[in-house]
Amino acid sequence: MYNFSFVSPESLAEAESVLAAESESQLFAGGMTLLPSMKVRLAAPDTLIDLSKLSDLRGIYKTNDHLEIGAMTRHFDVETNLMVKQTIPALSNLASNIADRQVRYRGTIGGALSNADPAADYPAAALALEAKFITNHREITVEDFFVDMFTTSLGREEILCSIKFKIPISAAYVKIPHSASGYAMAGAFVAKFDDGYQVGITGAASMYFRHHAMESALNAGADAEACYSIAATRSDYMSDTYAPAIYRENLVRVAASDAVRNLSEARQPKKRHKT
Amino acid sequence: MSAYPVTLIVNNTEYRLRIPANALLSDVLREELRFTGVRIGCDTSQCGCCTIHVDGEAIKSCTMLALQASGREIKTIEGLAPTNGPLHPVQQAMIDCHGLQCGFCTPGVVMNLVDFLERNPKADEAAIRRALNGNLCRCTGYQHIVDAALSVSF
Repeated sequence: MYNFSFVSPESLAEAESVLAAESESQLFAGGMTLLPSMKVRLAAPDTLIDLSKLSDLRGIYKTNDHLEIGAMTRHFDVETNLMVKQTIPALSNLASNIADRQVRYRGTIGGALSNADPAADYPAAALALEAKFITNHREITVEDFFVDMFTTSLGREEILCSIKFKIPISAAYVKIPHSASGYAMAGAFVAKFDDGYQVGITGAASMYFRHHAMESALNAGADAEACYSIAATRSDYMSDTYAPAIYRENLVRVAASDAVRNLSEARQPKKRHKT
Repeated sequence: MSAYPVTLIVNNTEYRLRIPANALLSDVLREELRFTGVRIGCDTSQCGCCTIHVDGEAIKSCTMLALQASGREIKTIEGLAPTNGPLHPVQQAMIDCHGLQCGFCTPGVVMNLVDFLERNPKADEAAIRRALNGNLCRCTGYQHIVDAALSVSF
């Protein structure tokens, strides 16, 4: 790997000043995507700003109807934290299926969301749970946060500090992973709130999306079987030899209807149908 | 882009080094400190051969900068059992159940399983197979590794 400079600020203010002073610097969280990207020069920052000493960016808190998770909180912590398991067990389940257990000890929720990989898992939850992204400057809604694949609205000198998720009555996440990479070919996070259902989809298209047609059907009382017949019409389904667009479109319906099924059988073991 | 001072505590011994920022933990452990039980199979965090413990957690050392491990407790396969003493139960189980053939992936598999089984001593076969997601073995087809893990009781 090419060489670079490395700084470990002790405070958010210090991190901000390094970020401002070094134009080719890059914030460094778990490094599970950034380091492999740097090895192949998909990323080539001059300076890494290690956020691991900023303990304020770690932790999980419940505030009224929200669960707030510090950006430097690791997948392992989201997976195992009792508060997450009690308030949004589907989020714990989602985290437990990211990559492998060695990676979950290092990768962070803030790093994953800021990277905005179109096949990442958390964005489906962020959409369904109306996530708010708290930075050192402002609060960003999930609709404004994700701009395009690998692109967020975070500014050059902006640091993601925490993510707030609205706590649902119940929720379920189902992902159909690529058998080699483990990333989602389709992932559906279905959340039920007092005022209706919200469905976030990841992996299948060039960008995450809310499955509004399925939300309307669910609000009208549709069951899992009925949900399977509701397509999300889009022009940007990803397509490759392994999974052509028409297949991914089907996987969205499989994942979403399975999630609906798991939601209604919340305390039953997960089932998979129609794979 | 100079060298940075770093203190690595490997298998309870402290090493003071000066290393560049781009030095991967796996490379420093192998090339500088000669802990060659740390295997580098892919260098892209796929294969898990470089799995070691940092503060008791099984991580892939090819995807961690050595600077990030400064001051933290590192354990490699060399530090798992006392020299000339009995093997760690997971090591012994791998032998007893024929959990290895060429042995290249074995240190990473063992380090991952030790961490996993300590936290999940009653893990069933499905949980063990899931825990091995991040370790690739081209020889065994995993069956005997899973048998080894199932046979271990802490």
